[in-house]
Amino acid sequence: MAYKFPSDEWIKALSDQLNASESYQRSAKDWEGDFVFVAEPDDTYPETAYLLLELYHGKSPGAAMLDPEQLPDTEFTIKAPFTTWRKVIEGKLDPIQGMMTGQLKLKGNLMKVMRYPKAAQEIVSCCAKIPTDW
Amino acid sequence: MWHFVSPKIIFGESALTSLEEISISRALVITDHNLIELGVVEPALEEIRKTGCEMLVFDQVTPDPTLEAVDLGTTAANEFQPDWIIGLGGGSPMDTAKAIWVMYERPDLVPAMINPFVELGLRQKARLITIPTTSGTGAEVTWAIVLTDGENNRKMGLGNRENAADIALVDPALAVSMPPRLTADTGLDALTHAVEGFICTWHTDITDGLCLNAAREIFQQLPVAFEASQADNPSQRRYQTAREKMHNAATCAGLGFGNALASLAHAMGHVIGSVFHIPHGRAVGLCLPYTIEFAARGEDPSRISLLTDLLGIKVSNSNAGESLAAALRKLIREIENPLSLEELGLEEKEYNQQLDKLVDDAFNDTQIITAPRAPSYEELEKLFDYVFHGQPVDF
Repeated sequence: MAYKFPSDEWIKALSDQLNASESYQRSAKDWEGDFVFVAEPDDTYPETAYLLLELYHGKSPGAAMLDPEQLPDTEFTIKAPFTTWRKVIEGKLDPIQGMMTGQLKLKGNLMKVMRYPKAAQEIVSCCAKIPTDW
Repeated sequence: MWHFVSPKIIFGESALTSLEEISISRALVITDHNLIELGVVEPALEEIRKTGCEMLVFDQVTPDPTLEAVDLGTTAANEFQPDWIIGLGGGSPMDTAKAIWVMYERPDLVPAMINPFVELGLRQKARLITIPTTSGTGAEVTWAIVLTDGENNRKMGLGNRENAADIALVDPALAVSMPPRLTADTGLDALTHAVEGFICTWHTDITDGLCLNAAREIFQQLPVAFEASQADNPSQRRYQTAREKMHNAATCAGLGFGNALASLAHAMGHVIGSVFHIPHGRAVGLCLPYTIEFAARGEDPSRISLLTDLLGIKVSNSNAGESLAAALRKLIREIENPLSLEELGLEEKEYNQQLDKLVDDAFNDTQIITAPRAPSYEELEKLFDYVFHGQPVDF
Protein backbone atom coordinates (compact mmCIF):
# COMPACT_ATOMS: atom_id res chain seq x y z
CA MET A 1 0.00 0.00 0.00
CA ALA A 2 1.43 3.41 -1.00
CA TYR A 3 1.06 6.52 1.08
CA LYS A 4 0.36 9.91 -0.43
CA PHE A 5 3.07 12.52 0.17
CA PRO A 6 2.54 14.70 2.06
CA SER A 7 -0.05 13.13 4.35
CA ASP A 8 -0.68 12.15 7.93
CA GLU A 9 -0.33 8.49 6.95
CA TRP A 10 3.03 9.10 5.30
CA ILE A 11 4.65 10.85 8.23
CA LYS A 12 3.28 8.22 10.61
CA ALA A 13 4.75 5.53 8.36
CA LEU A 14 8.13 7.29 8.68
CA SER A 15 7.75 7.35 12.45
CA ASP A 16 7.07 3.59 12.39
CA GLN A 17 10.09 2.97 10.19
CA LEU A 18 12.36 4.88 12.55
CA ASN A 19 11.05 2.95 15.52
CA ALA A 20 11.82 -0.29 13.70
CA SER A 21 15.32 0.80 12.68
CA GLU A 22 18.10 -0.42 14.97
CA SER A 23 20.57 1.67 13.02
CA TYR A 24 18.58 4.86 13.57
CA GLN A 25 18.08 4.04 17.22
CA ARG A 26 21.76 3.62 17.85
CA SER A 27 22.85 6.65 15.81
CA ALA A 28 20.27 8.88 17.52
CA LYS A 29 20.38 7.40 21.00
CA ASP A 30 21.20 10.79 22.57
CA TRP A 31 19.09 12.90 20.24
CA GLU A 32 16.39 15.22 21.61
CA GLY A 33 14.55 17.57 19.33
CA ASP A 34 11.46 17.46 17.16
CA PHE A 35 11.21 18.49 13.52
CA VAL A 36 8.59 20.15 11.40
CA PHE A 37 9.08 19.47 7.70
CA VAL A 38 7.41 22.13 5.60
CA ALA A 39 6.59 21.24 2.00
CA GLU A 40 6.10 24.53 0.19
CA PRO A 41 3.97 24.89 -2.92
CA ASP A 42 5.49 24.78 -6.38
CA ASP A 43 4.44 23.80 -9.91
CA THR A 44 3.56 20.27 -8.84
CA TYR A 45 1.96 20.88 -5.44
CA PRO A 46 -0.44 23.77 -4.71
CA GLU A 47 -0.44 24.03 -0.90
CA THR A 48 1.85 24.24 2.09
CA ALA A 49 2.00 21.07 4.17
CA TYR A 50 3.32 20.80 7.72
CA LEU A 51 4.61 17.44 8.93
CA LEU A 52 5.57 17.03 12.58
CA LEU A 53 8.10 14.32 13.50
CA GLU A 54 8.85 13.83 17.15
CA LEU A 55 12.29 12.41 17.94
CA TYR A 56 13.64 11.43 21.34
CA HIS A 57 16.57 9.20 22.25
CA GLY A 58 16.47 7.03 19.18
CA LYS A 59 12.70 6.74 19.01
CA SER A 60 9.87 8.62 17.35
CA PRO A 61 7.14 9.06 19.95
CA GLY A 62 4.71 10.50 17.42
CA ALA A 63 4.13 12.12 14.06
CA ALA A 64 1.29 13.96 12.35
CA MET A 65 0.36 16.24 9.48
CA LEU A 66 -0.97 19.41 11.06
CA ASP A 67 -2.54 22.70 10.20
CA PRO A 68 -0.23 25.64 10.92
CA GLU A 69 -2.24 26.79 13.90
CA GLN A 70 -1.81 23.35 15.49
CA LEU A 71 1.97 23.31 15.21
CA PRO A 72 3.95 23.10 18.43
CA ASP A 73 7.10 25.14 18.84
CA THR A 74 9.72 22.65 17.68
CA GLU A 75 13.47 22.90 17.92
CA PHE A 76 13.92 22.35 14.16
CA THR A 77 12.10 23.33 11.01
CA ILE A 78 13.17 22.38 7.51
CA LYS A 79 11.45 24.13 4.61
CA ALA A 80 11.68 23.26 0.95
CA PRO A 81 9.49 23.16 -2.14
CA PHE A 82 7.55 19.95 -2.70
CA THR A 83 9.80 18.98 -5.61
CA THR A 84 12.90 19.31 -3.46
CA TRP A 85 11.41 17.06 -0.80
CA ARG A 86 10.68 14.52 -3.49
CA LYS A 87 14.33 14.59 -4.55
CA VAL A 88 15.46 14.03 -0.97
CA ILE A 89 13.04 11.16 -0.36
CA GLU A 90 13.92 9.50 -3.66
CA GLY A 91 17.62 9.73 -2.82
CA LYS A 92 18.40 12.23 -5.58
CA LEU A 93 19.44 15.01 -3.21
CA ASP A 94 21.58 14.39 -0.16
CA PRO A 95 19.85 16.27 2.67
CA ILE A 96 23.11 17.56 4.15
CA GLN A 97 24.17 18.86 0.74
CA GLY A 98 20.69 20.25 0.35
CA MET A 99 21.06 22.24 3.56
CA MET A 100 24.57 23.36 2.65
CA THR A 101 23.36 24.77 -0.67
CA GLY A 102 20.25 26.35 0.75
CA GLN A 103 17.87 24.09 -1.15
CA LEU A 104 16.59 22.92 2.21
CA LYS A 105 16.24 25.76 4.67
CA LEU A 106 17.04 24.60 8.18
CA LYS A 107 15.98 26.64 11.18
CA GLY A 108 17.30 25.51 14.54
CA ASN A 109 20.53 24.58 16.28
CA LEU A 110 22.66 23.74 13.27
CA MET A 111 25.68 22.59 15.26
CA LYS A 112 23.54 19.91 16.81
CA VAL A 113 22.42 18.51 13.46
CA MET A 114 26.01 18.34 12.26
CA ARG A 115 26.92 16.19 15.25
CA TYR A 116 24.43 13.52 14.12
CA PRO A 117 25.08 13.08 10.40
CA LYS A 118 24.46 9.37 10.54
CA ALA A 119 21.08 9.82 12.18
CA ALA A 120 20.12 12.27 9.42
CA GLN A 121 21.19 9.72 6.83
CA GLU A 122 19.17 7.01 8.54
CA ILE A 123 16.04 9.17 8.48
CA VAL A 124 16.41 9.53 4.72
CA SER A 125 17.01 5.78 4.40
CA CYS A 126 13.78 5.16 6.28
CA CYS A 127 11.95 7.61 4.01
CA ALA A 128 13.08 5.60 1.03
CA LYS A 129 11.46 2.48 2.49
CA ILE A 130 8.00 4.03 2.51
CA PRO A 131 6.01 3.23 -0.64
CA THR A 132 5.08 6.73 -1.73
CA ASP A 133 2.38 7.99 -4.01
CA TRP A 134 3.41 11.32 -5.48
CA MET B 1 23.98 22.28 -7.63
CA TRP B 2 27.20 22.47 -5.63
CA HIS B 3 30.00 24.91 -4.91
CA PHE B 4 33.71 24.97 -5.65
CA VAL B 5 35.83 27.07 -3.35
CA SER B 6 39.50 27.87 -3.83
CA PRO B 7 41.91 30.50 -2.64
CA LYS B 8 44.24 32.19 -5.08
CA ILE B 9 47.10 29.69 -5.25
CA ILE B 10 50.66 30.77 -5.92
CA PHE B 11 52.81 27.69 -6.31
CA GLY B 12 56.22 26.46 -7.30
CA GLU B 13 59.77 27.56 -6.72
CA SER B 14 60.03 30.96 -5.04
CA ALA B 15 56.29 31.22 -4.43
CA LEU B 16 57.15 32.76 -1.07
CA THR B 17 58.62 35.84 -2.77
CA SER B 18 55.12 36.81 -3.89
CA LEU B 19 54.53 37.97 -0.30
CA GLU B 20 56.19 41.24 -1.25
CA GLU B 21 53.39 41.88 -3.75
CA ILE B 22 50.76 41.72 -1.02
CA SER B 23 50.03 44.91 0.85
CA ILE B 24 50.48 43.81 4.46
CA SER B 25 50.52 46.28 7.35
CA ARG B 26 50.26 43.98 10.35
CA ALA B 27 50.78 40.23 9.98
CA LEU B 28 49.82 37.77 12.70
CA VAL B 29 51.66 34.54 11.98
CA ILE B 30 50.16 31.39 13.47
CA THR B 31 52.65 28.55 13.70
CA ASP B 32 54.21 25.86 15.84
CA HIS B 33 57.11 26.59 18.18
CA ASN B 34 58.93 23.44 17.06
CA LEU B 35 58.90 24.60 13.45
CA ILE B 36 60.54 27.83 14.52
CA GLU B 37 63.16 26.01 16.60
CA LEU B 38 63.98 23.69 13.71
CA GLY B 39 64.24 26.58 11.28
CA VAL B 40 61.61 25.09 8.99
CA VAL B 41 59.55 28.27 8.75
CA GLU B 42 62.44 30.73 8.68
CA PRO B 43 62.34 31.18 4.87
CA ALA B 44 58.70 32.25 5.14
CA LEU B 45 59.30 34.49 8.15
CA GLU B 46 62.18 36.14 6.32
CA GLU B 47 59.98 36.91 3.32
CA ILE B 48 57.32 38.35 5.63
CA ARG B 49 59.93 40.59 7.28
CA LYS B 50 61.02 41.81 3.87
CA THR B 51 57.57 43.26 3.26
CA GLY B 52 58.31 45.79 6.01
CA CYS B 53 55.11 44.98 7.85
CA GLU B 54 54.77 44.70 11.59
CA MET B 55 54.76 41.04 12.50
CA LEU B 56 53.65 39.11 15.55
CA VAL B 57 54.28 35.38 15.78
CA PHE B 58 51.87 33.20 17.78
CA ASP B 59 53.67 29.88 18.11
CA GLN B 60 51.57 28.01 20.64
CA VAL B 61 49.88 25.66 18.19
CA THR B 62 50.43 21.98 18.85
CA PRO B 63 49.55 18.90 16.78
CA ASP B 64 45.82 18.18 17.17
CA PRO B 65 45.05 21.83 17.92
CA THR B 66 42.72 22.55 20.74
CA LEU B 67 40.09 25.12 21.53
CA GLU B 68 42.49 26.54 24.08
CA ALA B 69 45.05 27.35 21.40
CA VAL B 70 42.35 29.09 19.37
CA ASP B 71 41.37 31.09 22.43
CA LEU B 72 44.93 32.21 23.12
CA GLY B 73 45.50 33.07 19.47
CA THR B 74 42.30 35.07 19.32
CA THR B 75 43.42 37.07 22.34
CA ALA B 76 46.69 37.78 20.52
CA ALA B 77 44.76 38.86 17.43
CA ASN B 78 42.49 41.17 19.39
CA GLU B 79 45.50 42.85 20.96
CA PHE B 80 47.59 43.06 17.79
CA GLN B 81 44.78 43.92 15.32
CA PRO B 82 46.31 42.36 12.19
CA ASP B 83 45.10 43.02 8.67
CA TRP B 84 46.52 39.68 7.53
CA ILE B 85 46.61 36.39 9.40
CA ILE B 86 49.11 33.84 8.12
CA GLY B 87 48.75 30.13 8.93
CA LEU B 88 52.24 28.69 8.52
CA GLY B 89 53.04 25.03 9.01
CA GLY B 90 51.14 21.77 8.76
CA GLY B 91 47.41 21.31 9.07
CA SER B 92 47.33 22.28 12.74
CA PRO B 93 48.65 25.86 12.42
CA MET B 94 46.64 26.44 9.25
CA ASP B 95 43.38 25.20 10.75
CA THR B 96 44.07 27.10 13.95
CA ALA B 97 44.69 30.23 11.88
CA LYS B 98 41.31 29.80 10.18
CA ALA B 99 39.56 29.47 13.54
CA ILE B 100 41.41 32.42 15.09
CA TRP B 101 40.49 34.54 12.06
CA VAL B 102 36.80 33.71 12.44
CA MET B 103 36.88 34.44 16.19
CA TYR B 104 38.75 37.71 15.57
CA GLU B 105 36.11 38.83 13.08
CA ARG B 106 33.15 37.36 14.95
CA PRO B 107 33.72 37.65 18.70
CA ASP B 108 30.05 36.81 19.20
CA LEU B 109 30.70 33.21 18.14
CA VAL B 110 32.43 30.24 19.73
CA PRO B 111 34.46 27.87 17.54
CA ALA B 112 31.81 25.15 17.73
CA MET B 113 29.45 27.52 15.91
CA ILE B 114 31.59 27.65 12.77
CA ASN B 115 29.48 25.62 10.37
CA PRO B 116 28.58 25.72 6.69
CA PHE B 117 25.05 27.02 7.15
CA VAL B 118 25.67 30.48 8.53
CA GLU B 119 26.91 33.70 7.00
CA LEU B 120 30.06 34.77 8.79
CA GLY B 121 30.66 38.08 7.05
CA LEU B 122 34.46 37.74 7.18
CA ARG B 123 37.05 40.06 5.66
CA GLN B 124 35.97 43.13 7.59
CA LYS B 125 39.17 43.25 9.65
CA ALA B 126 41.63 40.82 8.06
CA ARG B 127 42.28 38.24 5.38
CA LEU B 128 44.05 34.91 5.48
CA ILE B 129 47.19 33.51 3.87
CA THR B 130 48.07 29.85 4.28
CA ILE B 131 51.56 28.46 3.74
CA PRO B 132 52.01 24.69 4.05
CA THR B 133 55.23 23.09 5.25
CA THR B 134 54.04 19.50 4.72
CA SER B 135 52.81 17.61 1.65
CA GLY B 136 50.30 17.43 3.15
CA THR B 137 47.02 18.06 4.65
CA GLY B 138 45.73 20.31 1.90
CA ALA B 139 44.52 22.64 4.65
CA GLU B 140 46.00 25.54 2.70
CA VAL B 141 43.10 25.30 0.25
CA THR B 142 40.25 23.74 2.24
CA TRP B 143 37.65 25.50 4.31
CA ALA B 144 37.52 22.71 6.87
CA ILE B 145 38.77 23.36 10.40
CA VAL B 146 39.61 20.29 12.47
CA LEU B 147 40.08 20.95 16.16
CA THR B 148 40.25 18.57 19.07
CA ASP B 149 37.71 18.55 21.86
CA GLY B 150 40.09 17.54 24.63
CA GLU B 151 37.31 16.96 27.12
CA ASN B 152 35.59 14.29 25.04
CA ASN B 153 38.66 13.07 23.17
CA ARG B 154 36.98 13.75 19.88
CA LYS B 155 37.74 15.60 16.68
CA MET B 156 35.50 18.56 15.91
CA GLY B 157 34.82 18.99 12.21
CA LEU B 158 34.07 22.69 11.74
CA GLY B 159 34.30 25.17 8.92
CA ASN B 160 32.52 27.51 6.56
CA ARG B 161 33.24 28.28 2.92
CA GLU B 162 34.02 31.88 3.81
CA ASN B 163 36.99 30.83 5.97
CA ALA B 164 38.93 29.31 3.07
CA ALA B 165 42.16 31.29 2.70
CA ASP B 166 42.41 34.27 0.40
CA ILE B 167 45.86 33.21 -0.76
CA ALA B 168 47.72 29.89 -0.51
CA LEU B 169 51.48 29.98 -1.07
CA VAL B 170 52.68 26.50 -2.03
CA ASP B 171 56.47 26.71 -2.10
CA PRO B 172 58.32 23.36 -2.22
CA ALA B 173 61.31 24.89 -0.44
CA LEU B 174 59.38 24.55 2.81
CA ALA B 175 58.81 20.82 2.39
CA VAL B 176 62.31 19.62 1.52
CA SER B 177 63.46 19.21 5.10
CA MET B 178 60.58 16.97 6.18
CA PRO B 179 61.98 13.93 7.99
CA PRO B 180 60.98 10.40 6.89
CA ARG B 181 58.02 9.79 9.21
CA LEU B 182 56.49 13.16 8.47
CA THR B 183 57.04 12.69 4.74
CA ALA B 184 55.32 9.31 4.91
CA ASP B 185 52.43 10.32 7.16
CA THR B 186 51.52 13.54 5.40
CA GLY B 187 51.97 11.89 2.03
CA LEU B 188 49.48 9.22 3.01
CA ASP B 189 47.08 11.90 4.21
CA ALA B 190 47.26 13.51 0.77
CA LEU B 191 46.74 10.17 -0.97
CA THR B 192 43.74 9.35 1.20
CA HIS B 193 42.23 12.74 0.36
CA ALA B 194 42.71 12.06 -3.33
CA VAL B 195 41.29 8.54 -3.30
CA GLU B 196 38.36 9.30 -1.02
CA GLY B 197 37.55 12.55 -2.80
CA PHE B 198 37.25 10.49 -6.01
CA ILE B 199 35.20 7.57 -4.75
CA CYS B 200 32.93 9.33 -2.27
CA THR B 201 29.27 9.90 -3.05
CA TRP B 202 29.82 13.67 -3.11
CA HIS B 203 32.43 13.52 -5.89
CA THR B 204 31.88 15.99 -8.75
CA ASP B 205 33.02 16.44 -12.33
CA ILE B 206 35.13 19.37 -11.20
CA THR B 207 36.85 17.61 -8.30
CA ASP B 208 37.42 14.27 -10.08
CA GLY B 209 40.29 15.55 -12.20
CA LEU B 210 42.06 17.09 -9.23
CA CYS B 211 41.72 13.92 -7.14
CA LEU B 212 42.77 11.62 -9.96
CA ASN B 213 45.86 13.64 -10.86
CA ALA B 214 46.84 13.95 -7.22
CA ALA B 215 46.49 10.20 -6.66
CA ARG B 216 48.49 9.43 -9.77
CA GLU B 217 51.33 11.77 -8.75
CA ILE B 218 51.42 10.57 -5.17
CA PHE B 219 51.64 6.89 -6.14
CA GLN B 220 54.65 7.79 -8.25
CA GLN B 221 56.37 10.42 -6.17
CA LEU B 222 55.80 9.52 -2.53
CA PRO B 223 58.31 6.64 -2.51
CA VAL B 224 60.89 8.95 -4.08
CA ALA B 225 60.13 11.75 -1.63
CA PHE B 226 60.46 9.23 1.20
CA GLU B 227 63.82 8.16 -0.19
CA ALA B 228 64.80 11.84 -0.40
CA SER B 229 63.99 12.30 3.28
CA GLN B 230 66.66 9.76 4.16
CA ALA B 231 69.17 10.51 1.44
CA ASP B 232 72.69 11.80 2.01
CA ASN B 233 72.21 14.08 -0.97
CA PRO B 234 68.60 15.28 -0.88
CA SER B 235 69.34 18.04 -3.38
CA GLN B 236 69.54 15.58 -6.26
CA ARG B 237 67.28 16.69 -9.07
CA ARG B 238 64.93 13.71 -8.90
CA TYR B 239 64.50 14.20 -5.17
CA GLN B 240 63.76 17.89 -5.58
CA THR B 241 61.29 17.07 -8.34
CA ALA B 242 59.57 14.50 -6.12
CA ARG B 243 59.29 17.00 -3.26
CA GLU B 244 57.79 19.64 -5.54
CA LYS B 245 55.40 17.18 -7.18
CA MET B 246 54.27 15.93 -3.76
CA HIS B 247 53.76 19.48 -2.50
CA ASN B 248 51.60 20.35 -5.50
CA ALA B 249 49.75 17.02 -5.41
CA ALA B 250 48.81 17.57 -1.77
CA THR B 251 47.29 20.92 -2.70
CA CYS B 252 45.44 19.33 -5.64
CA ALA B 253 44.13 16.62 -3.35
CA GLY B 254 43.09 19.29 -0.85
CA LEU B 255 41.14 21.17 -3.51
CA GLY B 256 39.59 17.95 -4.69
CA PHE B 257 38.43 16.43 -1.44
CA GLY B 258 37.84 19.83 0.12
CA ASN B 259 35.15 20.48 -2.47
CA ALA B 260 33.78 16.93 -2.40
CA LEU B 261 34.41 15.27 0.96
CA ALA B 262 36.56 12.58 2.48
CA SER B 263 34.91 9.34 3.50
CA LEU B 264 35.02 6.23 5.66
CA ALA B 265 38.80 6.02 6.08
CA HIS B 266 38.74 9.54 7.49
CA ALA B 267 35.78 8.78 9.76
CA MET B 268 37.69 5.80 11.18
CA GLY B 269 41.07 7.51 11.10
CA HIS B 270 39.81 10.58 12.96
CA VAL B 271 38.64 8.54 15.90
CA ILE B 272 41.69 6.25 15.90
CA GLY B 273 43.89 9.33 15.84
CA SER B 274 42.13 11.13 18.66
CA VAL B 275 41.69 8.12 20.95
CA PHE B 276 45.12 6.57 20.52
CA HIS B 277 47.06 9.74 19.64
CA ILE B 278 48.24 8.53 16.28
CA PRO B 279 49.28 11.08 13.63
CA HIS B 280 46.36 11.83 11.33
CA GLY B 281 47.96 10.77 8.04
CA ARG B 282 49.23 7.51 9.52
CA ALA B 283 45.76 6.70 10.86
CA VAL B 284 43.72 7.48 7.75
CA GLY B 285 46.29 5.90 5.43
CA LEU B 286 46.28 2.76 7.53
CA CYS B 287 42.48 2.48 7.23
CA LEU B 288 42.30 3.24 3.51
CA PRO B 289 43.02 -0.22 2.02
CA TYR B 290 40.39 -1.77 4.29
CA THR B 291 37.72 0.78 3.47
CA ILE B 292 38.46 0.33 -0.24
CA GLU B 293 38.03 -3.44 0.08
CA PHE B 294 34.82 -2.91 2.04
CA ALA B 295 33.38 -0.46 -0.49
CA ALA B 296 34.34 -2.67 -3.41
CA ARG B 297 32.05 -5.38 -2.06
CA GLY B 298 29.07 -3.01 -1.98
CA GLU B 299 26.27 -2.63 -4.49
CA ASP B 300 28.08 -0.07 -6.61
CA PRO B 301 31.88 -0.37 -6.77
CA SER B 302 32.03 1.52 -10.05
CA ARG B 303 34.00 4.49 -8.72
CA ILE B 304 36.64 2.17 -7.37
CA SER B 305 36.84 0.29 -10.65
CA LEU B 306 37.14 3.55 -12.54
CA LEU B 307 39.85 4.92 -10.28
CA THR B 308 41.82 1.69 -10.42
CA ASP B 309 41.62 1.72 -14.21
CA LEU B 310 42.60 5.39 -14.53
CA LEU B 311 45.57 4.89 -12.21
CA GLY B 312 46.79 2.12 -14.48
CA ILE B 313 46.63 -0.50 -11.75
CA LYS B 314 46.36 -4.00 -13.12
CA VAL B 315 43.21 -5.72 -11.89
CA SER B 316 43.60 -9.30 -10.78
CA ASN B 317 40.69 -11.72 -10.39
CA SER B 318 38.30 -9.05 -11.75
CA ASN B 319 38.30 -7.34 -8.38
CA ALA B 320 39.39 -3.76 -8.71
CA GLY B 321 39.01 -3.11 -4.98
CA GLU B 322 41.44 -5.87 -4.07
CA SER B 323 43.93 -4.64 -6.65
CA LEU B 324 43.72 -1.03 -5.51
CA ALA B 325 44.03 -2.10 -1.88
CA ALA B 326 47.06 -4.21 -2.77
CA ALA B 327 48.66 -1.24 -4.52
CA LEU B 328 47.99 0.92 -1.47
CA ARG B 329 49.49 -1.68 0.87
CA LYS B 330 52.55 -1.96 -1.34
CA LEU B 331 53.04 1.81 -1.20
CA ILE B 332 52.49 1.90 2.57
CA ARG B 333 55.15 -0.81 2.93
CA GLU B 334 57.56 1.10 0.70
CA ILE B 335 57.36 4.11 2.97
CA GLU B 336 57.70 1.87 6.03
CA ASN B 337 54.34 2.70 7.58
CA PRO B 338 52.27 0.16 9.54
CA LEU B 339 49.48 -1.81 7.91
CA SER B 340 47.46 -2.56 11.05
CA LEU B 341 46.85 -1.19 14.51
CA GLU B 342 48.52 -4.27 15.94
CA GLU B 343 51.61 -3.55 13.90
CA LEU B 344 51.47 0.02 15.12
CA GLY B 345 52.00 -1.38 18.62
CA LEU B 346 48.51 -0.96 20.00
CA GLU B 347 47.64 -3.46 22.73
CA GLU B 348 44.52 -5.52 22.03
CA LYS B 349 43.18 -4.97 25.54
CA GLU B 350 43.35 -1.20 25.14
CA TYR B 351 41.78 -1.46 21.69
CA ASN B 352 38.89 -3.59 22.97
CA GLN B 353 38.24 -1.16 25.80
CA GLN B 354 37.79 1.65 23.29
CA LEU B 355 35.95 -0.25 20.57
CA ASP B 356 32.46 1.02 21.45
CA LYS B 357 33.72 4.60 21.40
CA LEU B 358 35.55 4.00 18.12
CA VAL B 359 32.38 2.77 16.47
CA ASP B 360 30.11 5.44 17.96
CA ASP B 361 32.41 8.35 17.16
CA ALA B 362 33.17 7.10 13.65
CA PHE B 363 29.46 6.69 13.03
CA ASN B 364 28.90 10.31 13.94
CA ASP B 365 31.84 11.70 12.03
CA THR B 366 30.55 13.84 9.15
CA GLN B 367 32.92 12.10 6.72
CA ILE B 368 31.02 8.82 7.00
CA ILE B 369 27.98 10.15 5.17
CA THR B 370 29.71 9.93 1.79
CA ALA B 371 30.86 6.32 2.12
CA PRO B 372 30.09 4.52 -1.15
CA ARG B 373 28.99 1.58 0.98
CA ALA B 374 27.43 2.70 4.26
CA PRO B 375 28.38 0.28 7.04
CA SER B 376 25.97 -0.90 9.70
CA TYR B 377 27.16 -0.73 13.30
CA GLU B 378 28.04 -4.40 13.22
CA GLU B 379 29.95 -4.01 9.97
CA LEU B 380 31.84 -0.98 11.25
CA GLU B 381 32.81 -2.84 14.40
CA LYS B 382 34.03 -5.74 12.26
CA LEU B 383 35.93 -3.33 10.04
CA PHE B 384 37.76 -1.90 13.03
CA ASP B 385 38.68 -5.46 14.04
CA TYR B 386 40.08 -6.16 10.60
CA VAL B 387 42.07 -2.91 10.75
CA PHE B 388 43.39 -3.93 14.15
CA HIS B 389 44.50 -7.39 13.06
CA GLY B 390 45.56 -6.49 9.53
CA GLN B 391 43.13 -8.85 7.84
CA PRO B 392 41.99 -8.03 4.29
CA VAL B 393 38.26 -7.39 4.26
CA ASP B 394 36.19 -10.33 3.07
CA PHE B 395 32.63 -9.26 3.89
